[in-house]
Amino acid sequence: MNARLLCAAMLCLPILSANAEPKVTEHVLANGLKVLVKEDHRSPVVVSQVWYKVGSSYEPGGITGISHMLEHMMFKGTDKHAVGEFSRIIAENGGDENAFTGQDYTAYFQTMAADKLEVSMELEADRMRNLHLLPEELKKELQVVTEERRMRTEDNPQGKMQEHFNAMAYSNSPYKHPVIGWPADIANYTVPDLQEWYQRWYAPNNATLVVVGDVKAEDVFALSEKYFAPLKTSEIKPLKPQTEIEQLGIRRITVKVPAKLPSIVMGYKVPVLKTAEKEWEAYALEVLAGVLDGGSSARLSSGLVRGKQIAVAAGAGYGLASRLPDLFELEATPAEGKTLLQMETALKAEVAKLQNSLISEEELSRIKAQVLASAVYERDSNFYQAMQLGMLETVGLGWQKADEYVGKVNQVTAAQVQEVAIKYLIEDHLNIAYLEPQAINKTTTAKKGGA
Amino acid sequence: MNFKLIGFILLIVSQTSFATAKIEHWQTSQGSRVYFVQADALPMADIQVVFDAGSARDGQQFGLSALTSGLLDTGAGQWNADQIALRFESVGANFGTGVSSDTASLSLRTLTEPALFDKALETMHVILTKPLFKKADFLREKNRNLSAIKQREESPAEIASLAFSDKLYGTHPYAHPDSGVMATVNNLKASDLAQFYKKYYVASNAIVVIVGNLSKQQAEQTAEKLLTGLPTGQKPEPLPDVTMPTQASEQHIEFPSTQTHVLVGLPGSYRKDPDYYNLYVGNHILGGSGLVSKLFSEVREKRGLAYSASSSFAPMLKPGPFTVSLQTRNDQTKQAVEVLNATLKDFISKGPTQAELDAAKKNIIGGFPMRFDTNKKLATYVAMIGFYDLPLDYLDTFRQKVEETTITTITDAFKRRVNTELLQTITVGNTTTAVAK
Repeated sequence: MNARLLCAAMLCLPILSANAEPKVTEHVLANGLKVLVKEDHRSPVVVSQVWYKVGSSYEPGGITGISHMLEHMMFKGTDKHAVGEFSRIIAENGGDENAFTGQDYTAYFQTMAADKLEVSMELEADRMRNLHLLPEELKKELQVVTEERRMRTEDNPQGKMQEHFNAMAYSNSPYKHPVIGWPADIANYTVPDLQEWYQRWYAPNNATLVVVGDVKAEDVFALSEKYFAPLKTSEIKPLKPQTEIEQLGIRRITVKVPAKLPSIVMGYKVPVLKTAEKEWEAYALEVLAGVLDGGSSARLSSGLVRGKQIAVAAGAGYGLASRLPDLFELEATPAEGKTLLQMETALKAEVAKLQNSLISEEELSRIKAQVLASAVYERDSNFYQAMQLGMLETVGLGWQKADEYVGKVNQVTAAQVQEVAIKYLIEDHLNIAYLEPQAINKTTTAKKGGA
Repeated sequence: MNFKLIGFILLIVSQTSFATAKIEHWQTSQGSRVYFVQADALPMADIQVVFDAGSARDGQQFGLSALTSGLLDTGAGQWNADQIALRFESVGANFGTGVSSDTASLSLRTLTEPALFDKALETMHVILTKPLFKKADFLREKNRNLSAIKQREESPAEIASLAFSDKLYGTHPYAHPDSGVMATVNNLKASDLAQFYKKYYVASNAIVVIVGNLSKQQAEQTAEKLLTGLPTGQKPEPLPDVTMPTQASEQHIEFPSTQTHVLVGLPGSYRKDPDYYNLYVGNHILGGSGLVSKLFSEVREKRGLAYSASSSFAPMLKPGPFTVSLQTRNDQTKQAVEVLNATLKDFISKGPTQAELDAAKKNIIGGFPMRFDTNKKLATYVAMIGFYDLPLDYLDTFRQKVEETTITTITDAFKRRVNTELLQTITVGNTTTAVAK
C-alpha cells in the first residue's frame, strides 16, 4: 500500500545535495556539451549518465509520449552497431544500464567498473547523432510500450487516478499529459515523427554528461573531447512558455475503476524553485512538505494515521526542481468505515492548521536535522549524486543548486512556512480526485493438473 | 521529491548479490553472531538486527510475524509511537522494521557523531528489548494490515503472486504471504504478538550487522549495548523441508484487467545449495540479465509481446521459488506462454552456448565491484552472509565459483533442478476480451 504513496517528502528531499566534500568539476565542449564530474574514490566503479533536455512537457498534442518512445528506440542500433549490440557490449564489459524519461528530461545511464568508462562514452556518443529508426523495430517496440502502459496505468487504479487527476488539474500546462503518452498518440507514432524528435533534441548542445565515481576529472574531460567533440550541434529553438492560466476555483473529479480501496489526491498549484517569486518560497514549501510527511513523527502519520485513525496511509509531496509550476500534493487512503469526505476534511484541517499557526521549533529543528543527515547519506550512492546534478542542470536550475540546498533549508523560518501556506495552499487553486472502487469479479479455474 | 519518471526500459530484476570486503565476525556475550565491516569514508553507520522470525514462523496464524514486527516501534519502554519516531528523526536517523519469509529485521541508518548516534542506538535498543504491544496500537496496525491485504486484491500481479506461492508450497510455511490473509489476521490478538516476540526475538536467534564509521571496539560495544536485556532463549527448530509438486498444473484466475500476468515455476534453490552457482549463472543467461537475457530477447526484443520478461531464483533457508514471469495483452497470452515455455525448455535441454556463457561470466565478474559499492548494499549482503551462515570468504571466492561453471555443469544442474514436467503455471487476466479478439 505504501508503494503507491507519493514519495514521503523528506525521504526524497535529499535529492538536492549538501556541501558534499567532493567537488563538481565542469567542462563545456566547443559543441556545447556540458560535462560534470564528481570524483568519489570509495569504490572502483563509475556511473555515467547522459541527460537530454527533452521530456513529456516538451511534447505537443498528438505525439504525447514520444520522448519515452524514443528512449526505447535508442537501444535499436546505429550506423556502427546493430540492434541490441549496445546492450550486449555494455553487459560484456560488466556494466548495468538503463534509461528513464520524465516530464522535463530523458536520461541514459551505465554503471561500470571505473576502467570501463570509455566503453560507455563511445557508445553514448555514437547514439547521440547516429541512431537508426527502423520501421520493423518501431512496430515491435510500439507493442512493448503499449504493454508498459497497460501495466503502469490501465491495470493500476492509482496510476489511472493520477492520470485523470493531472489531466483535470492543468488547463494548458504540458504537465497535463502523461509521460507515457495518451493511448491514441502511442498507437500512431511514425518513423518520421521519431526522426524529427530525435534530430531536434538529441544533440551535444542540448545534453549534459554526468560522471560520478572513481575517475579523474581531467581523464573524463579528455575522453569526452575524444568521443563527443566531433558531434554536430542542432539548432535548439527555445520552448514556448505554455504558462498555466490561473485556476479560478476548486476542481473535483471522480475516477471509477475496479479496485478495493477508495483514495483521494489533493493538489494545490504552487511555484517551484525556478518560478517562485522569491526563491525562499520554494524552500519553505519543501519544509512544509516535511512538516506534513517528513517521517513517522510528521503530522500526517502522527495525526491522521495514528491520532485520529482516519487514514490507513497518508502522504504529501512537492517537487521543487520541476521546470514548470507544479502541484503540492496530499494523498490518503481512508481507514475502513471512514469516507472520502471525512478524509478530505481532515487533510484540509491540516492545511488550515499550517495557515493559522506557526509550526513548532521542534518540527523545524527535526526537519533541519533530517536534511543535514540526508546530505551525508546520499553520498553513499554515486547514482543518486549523479541524478541530482543531471536533473538540476537539465531543468535549467544549474547543478550548483545542489550545494546550496542544506543552507537554504536551514534559513527557512516558521513564519515563512506559514506565509507560503497562506499564499499558495488556497482553495481556489485546489484540485481533488476521488478514487471510487468498482466491484471486481474474480473466478478461478484449474485448467489441468493440480498439485 | 517527486521524480515523476517512468520507463526504465526494463525493471531491473533483483539478483542475489555478493560483496567482497573485510568482514569481522564475533559473538556477543549472549551468543548472538555479529558481522562488522569498517567503512570510514562517511560519518555514518548502518546497523541491522536479524532474527529467524519471518512469516515461515507464523504457524497457522498467517500474518503474525509481520504484525509483530510492525508493532515494535509503536510503543516501547516509556515511549509511544510519536516519541519513538521523534527520537530517531530529531537526530536524522532512519529506522525501520520488516519481515520476509525467513527473516524479521530491524534496521537503523544513523550519523556516527556520538550524541546523535547514542540517542538513535538507545532508541533501537528499547524497541528491540521492551516493546509494549499495547492494545490500541495493535488494533490500529491490524486494521492497516487488513486494508493492505484488501488492496492486494486489486492488483493482478499480486493476485498471481499469491496463487503462485500457494501452488508451489501447498502446506509448507512458504505458501502464505508475509502479511497474512484476511481471516487469520482478523483472528490475531495482541497477546499472540507478545508471545511470538518472546519466543523468537531472543539473543541466540539474532544476528547483528554493522557497516560504518566505527572502530572494532565501538562495534563490539554497539552490539553488546543493543542486545542487553534480550533473553538468551533458543534457536527455533529448522523449517520443514519443501515437497516438490508431483505433477504440472495450470491455474487461471479471471480478472478484469487488460493484461494477463503469467507466472511459471517450481520450488528452486536454497542458500547453501551445492548447485547454486550453476543455477545462478544459468539463470543469468536465461532470464536474469535484464536487457540481454534469452527470455527478454525472445519475448520482448523479437516479438514485442511484453514490457518485462525475466526469470529468477530466490534462494532461502529452504528452496525458494524459481519464477519465470511476463505480462501481456489478454488476447496474446497463449502465444506468450508458448514462447516462454519453449525458451525455458530449449534452455534446459540444450544449455547455454559457449558464447552465452562467456558473455555471462564477463558481465557477472566484470560487474562484481558494483555489487557492494555502497554501504547500504554492503550491509544487505553482509546480513545475508550472516543470516544464512555462509562462509566468511564467500565474497572472495564468488568470482572463482562463477568462473568454474561450464556448459556441462549448468545444463546438468538445470536438468536435475528444473523439471519441466512439474512446472506450475498461474495466469491472471481477462479471457473474455481474449475470446472477443
